Amino acid sequence: MSKVLVIGSGPIMIGQAAEFDYSGTQGCLALKEEGHEVILVNNNPATIMTDYDIADKVYCEPLTVASLEKIIAMERPDSLLAGLGGQTALNLAVELEKEEVLKKYDLTLLGTGISSIMQGEDRELFRALMNDLDQPVPESEVITTTEQARVFAAEVGYPIISRPAYTLGGRGGGIVHDEADLDELIATGLKASPIHQVIVEKSIAGFKEIEYEIMRDHKGTCISVCNMENFDPVGVHTGDSIVVAPSQSLTDDDYQMLRSASIKIVSALEVIGGCNVQLALDPVSKQYYVIEVNPRVSRSSALASKATGYPIAKMAAKIALGYTLDELENPLTGYTYASFEPALDYVVVKFPRWPFDKFPQADRSLGTKMRATGEVMAIDRTMEGAFQKAVQSLDTKIPEVDNHWYHLYQPTDLRFFAIYDLIRKGTSMDKIHQETQIDPLFLQVIRHLVDTEMALGTEGLSQPLLHQAKVYGFLDDHIAALAGCTTADVEEARREYDIQRSFKLVDTCAAEFEAATNYVYSTFAGMNEIAPLPSKGKKALILGSGPIRIGQGVEFDYSAVKAIESLQKQGWTTIMINNNPETVSTDYETADRLYFEPIQKEIIASIVEHESIDLVFPQFGGQTAINLAEDLEKAGLPLAGVRADVLDALEDRDKFYAALKKLGIPHVAGTTCHSKQEALEAADSYTFPLLCRPSYVIGGQGMVIVQDKQELEQALAESDDRHYPIVLDSLLQGAEVEVDLVSDGHSIYLPDIIEHIEPGGVHSGDSMAVFPSTLTDSLKQKIRTYSEKIAVEFTYCGLMNIQFLIQQDDVYVLEVNPRASRTVPIVSKVADIPMVDWAVRILTDDAEFSLSQQPDPVFQETAVKYPLFSSYAMTDLDHKLGPNMKSTGEGMCLGETVEEALAKVFAHLPDLYDVKEACLVELEGRHVPEASDLPFKEWITKEDAAVYVNDQSGEEAEKRRITAVKNGLTVMSEAATFDAYVKGLECKDPVPVPLPQQSLEGVKSL
Amino acid sequence: MKSYLHLQDGRTFTGKASSTLQEPMQGEIVFFTGMTGYQEVLTDPSYKDQIVVFTYPLIGNYGINDTDEESSEIQVSGVVMYQCTQQPSHYQSTQSLGAYLDGQQVPYLTGVDTREVTKAIRAHGTQQAVMSHQNHHDFSEPSDQQIFAVQGETVETYGEGSLHVALIDFGWKKSILQALLKRQVKVSVIPFTQVEAVHKVKPDAIILSNGPGDPKDALPKIEQIKSVLDEYPSFGICMGHQVIALAYGADTEKLPFGHRGANHPVKDAVTGKVFLTSQNHNYVVKKDSLSKTPLSERFFNVNDRSIEGLMHDSGQLMSAQFHPEAHPGPQDAEWLFDDFISLVGSKGVKEHV
Repeated sequence: MSKVLVIGSGPIMIGQAAEFDYSGTQGCLALKEEGHEVILVNNNPATIMTDYDIADKVYCEPLTVASLEKIIAMERPDSLLAGLGGQTALNLAVELEKEEVLKKYDLTLLGTGISSIMQGEDRELFRALMNDLDQPVPESEVITTTEQARVFAAEVGYPIISRPAYTLGGRGGGIVHDEADLDELIATGLKASPIHQVIVEKSIAGFKEIEYEIMRDHKGTCISVCNMENFDPVGVHTGDSIVVAPSQSLTDDDYQMLRSASIKIVSALEVIGGCNVQLALDPVSKQYYVIEVNPRVSRSSALASKATGYPIAKMAAKIALGYTLDELENPLTGYTYASFEPALDYVVVKFPRWPFDKFPQADRSLGTKMRATGEVMAIDRTMEGAFQKAVQSLDTKIPEVDNHWYHLYQPTDLRFFAIYDLIRKGTSMDKIHQETQIDPLFLQVIRHLVDTEMALGTEGLSQPLLHQAKVYGFLDDHIAALAGCTTADVEEARREYDIQRSFKLVDTCAAEFEAATNYVYSTFAGMNEIAPLPSKGKKALILGSGPIRIGQGVEFDYSAVKAIESLQKQGWTTIMINNNPETVSTDYETADRLYFEPIQKEIIASIVEHESIDLVFPQFGGQTAINLAEDLEKAGLPLAGVRADVLDALEDRDKFYAALKKLGIPHVAGTTCHSKQEALEAADSYTFPLLCRPSYVIGGQGMVIVQDKQELEQALAESDDRHYPIVLDSLLQGAEVEVDLVSDGHSIYLPDIIEHIEPGGVHSGDSMAVFPSTLTDSLKQKIRTYSEKIAVEFTYCGLMNIQFLIQQDDVYVLEVNPRASRTVPIVSKVADIPMVDWAVRILTDDAEFSLSQQPDPVFQETAVKYPLFSSYAMTDLDHKLGPNMKSTGEGMCLGETVEEALAKVFAHLPDLYDVKEACLVELEGRHVPEASDLPFKEWITKEDAAVYVNDQSGEEAEKRRITAVKNGLTVMSEAATFDAYVKGLECKDPVPVPLPQQSLEGVKSL
Repeated sequence: MKSYLHLQDGRTFTGKASSTLQEPMQGEIVFFTGMTGYQEVLTDPSYKDQIVVFTYPLIGNYGINDTDEESSEIQVSGVVMYQCTQQPSHYQSTQSLGAYLDGQQVPYLTGVDTREVTKAIRAHGTQQAVMSHQNHHDFSEPSDQQIFAVQGETVETYGEGSLHVALIDFGWKKSILQALLKRQVKVSVIPFTQVEAVHKVKPDAIILSNGPGDPKDALPKIEQIKSVLDEYPSFGICMGHQVIALAYGADTEKLPFGHRGANHPVKDAVTGKVFLTSQNHNYVVKKDSLSKTPLSERFFNVNDRSIEGLMHDSGQLMSAQFHPEAHPGPQDAEWLFDDFISLVGSKGVKEHV
């Protein structure tokens, strides 16, 4: 047995999301299956992989060479697996090699070798290889100065694409149409590239963009797991493109030509594991170009795994250990081998999930730089059905589109919907094709949907039309709205015509072999082939949380997966519904059966009926699942622990405040307003600033602090009808804390309090926080008492999150979230308490479990959690902290002291005391002598400039923060964040510590 | 109009028939799971008289073009699909799949749950099926001896080159010819019933082509075939491979539901490498029948371990059960043509010495 060090991908950020939790988890499990000891380094606490079920030892430590070297020195692993942790881990492997750490500790790199990684990632080496292989690449040049870029552009003509080397999600890259914008783009690109290298490339925008996912073993056997075609032609980052699998518009000759090219490239790179190849194909000839390769598992490989059922990451890990593809069994069929290419008998559509619903004022244009935070996937037997299901899975309201052609030309995230609208209005497909180069085949899909919409409006519910609409993925309530009847009418008509949802299998082989899979999708195109799962005990349906977005990240997948494990241990049969291809919960090996579907009432109800589900669990699917609870309850579905009246009592401010009053718990003064008029009147009775919060939102979306009546009017003007009632709360100054607790209705278990570093008014998701807290015992007791009173008042069962504000000795309740929260994984891991397991045992009435008999947690270390802002992808936004959450992910570090944990959190920043120009501090009423004395304009140009601190409001402050972000600097907009950074500098040499482990044997997994 | 697909095992599926379906149409039903390549499949003579089910639901997306056919006409007798795309999109497309099938009077069904049909074939083996407007059907005796129908009538010669290969025709695919022409090989196509013509043509080597149905249909000519195999370096593809086995005294048998599609992994017993192949065959060489022959296994199927290729003790003969010429399917095995040409070349040198 050998010891393998696995590097994870760190906090969720744009370009690197939950897909690496999925691939990392699969990889770690594969290593353990082969009898290896797994040491994992990943500072993302919200992941499933950082759990002791997955790795033998887990370090939430900085992902830097220095920190990794310390861990390597302590653990002395035999080998390193870096191919599953995204670009972050791959870059670290290259650095560890360059700094001779691998050599020093005699560490073998498993899988694809360093020279291959560099050949794939280094633009110049890659281009040379393509020339050797006779594989065409677009005219391009590797440059290190803006002058070189200008010369190249003059030669080949605009538009020009800039791709910085060794960067993530197209970071720092872009496309320019004229010389005026070239300098800025290239300067940014050079700065973004760790080796100051940018490739400038002639644009081939408009070509078809095709991807292949290739696997290769050390004997040279090479297979293509899946190919994919982008709805959006070349020009939009593949992470921001709508993607269809398999390719739809290629002939077999086209398909095989590109497949052969991909295999030739991957073979020449001597990849051992997975590799993604991106190609561009001229829509009117056989001319193609190789765009790039990623010699590792990627977002696309996660998608390909879910699209085909072929577990790429798991197989990549085993190949890295020396297995060959023909030795490894295909786990879906059980008797074919991994050296086979999946055949699909359905079509898959991936749709990106962008954060523009949270940032309506942001520039929505798409290009070479990825902006989506997550994605959804949908499966059906028609493209129409798959597109509709994908849109239904986005869990967002599509904004009204105006200025349609702008969205087409730019393009923006709204292009698909703008096209839909244009076709509705009668614009010809030819015209749209000419303007966008989107393949007519895809435009036809939209045409068919529009035709069906129109027909429903005129013909009503005839049998063939209703059947067609269902085949095309229309939900009953949508059909009702189009046909001008009620949903009940549609349901009745469907019963009469016997138009029922069928379920079909994803089996990797298009039914050629009998398959032992539990991976299911629904369709109206064909017969049902799925029998309800046989079950000895009870059956649970766990609702997932859908795509990763700001405010709802991988932490909810953690809770869902833990809930599945808990239920399975109790002998329940578990069934998962989710639509996020990046996650562990949509690994068909996680639950006993997976339904890859939109999380919609109609679909949930049909699964509950089909499977005879005993209990539906909405508590572990974030706000997405909770928002459905009322509808599900009305539909008569059996919900675990969530009652609509309780949800209402907690969400409706009037009822909530009345309850608190009855319990003698202070809350901030606030008024519920059902209209704009009411809000303006109510505002008169308070002193500004006020917190204006809409209802039923995720991550503080639309929540703003208003300083005066004018700002309030503006905020109200921007809000949506569905967000009423709007609550106006007075904004108290104070410290914010939150708790995650387990309640059985009579008592609670509250491990400790999470203490925010930034003051109240900053969204909890954007705050740094210390856990366990440093509060006085009397405050802690008060918080416990209030929490218990609230939970008991509502005889609440399961997980609950409560946020408080502290002013001296007073504690005010801010809000209650009746569900698993963002911080549940942090509390569970640091306190070493299986919170989800306990909650599930309460919800299932496990007679052997007693909450009140559980021992108090023992804290060995202090944790600091911190937000991560993907500011590089949203450079036009001011990232000043406020009530609207902006971070895409979070990290965590442990230490013996708060200072030590902070030192790790800020390990990537220079030392204020050592580097004079490292920080520029522009804090209201503060002077920091150690910081730079230069004026902003001059300081920002300095090589050493790293941290910009500015907590002020106003246009100039905003502009400076944005400029700092554009320059790739760390921006702090709260004094408290800066103070935490300074505090961390007190600890000079932090020592890595693993997460605490299994102190509570017996309640954990077997 | 609601129409039916009746399988011999008693299962019936519903769909919508094309206007060219009038009288009930019977044929052997087989499935193809590849996601592209429908034009190649329809025109491959190995599918002669069969009803093909395309498991992938969206067929016809890129239309029909002038370059991707494997013979001059549609060979299948019927097609079963879920969706036949009416408005294809591809710069090479000259007509839609539906128009192409209608134009050659080949009936087809759409709206059929092709996955269920595939499963039925998987469960009960390759069998007869009928496309019909009627809800009931009695099956007639299946047709056989398709190789006699698909072989050409006369010897035809293509291309120029220093190397001359006779392609013994059991229903050859255009891609075999093209793979050879691409390598500057002169090709004479000889109908297998006229195999004696090889002695007149005097090629440097022979290739036995693919073809439809049971290889034992070729038994009447097996002695004559063996005599040319003994004389020339030889390469058998698909049915050609099976006929070679029969010629040297090995036996063939029917697979439960055949191998069809573009994703069959094959392992080379000599090099240990695995590659993906295009396949289309109902019959297979029996493993235990090789023992008393000069043949041995060169390739085998990774999934079911069945024989995928042979070599002869003389080193002058090779064969592949799969399709190295691809079309449809992966081109991973095209190197077999190069190997064969170098085998022929090395023999030439030897003789010269």
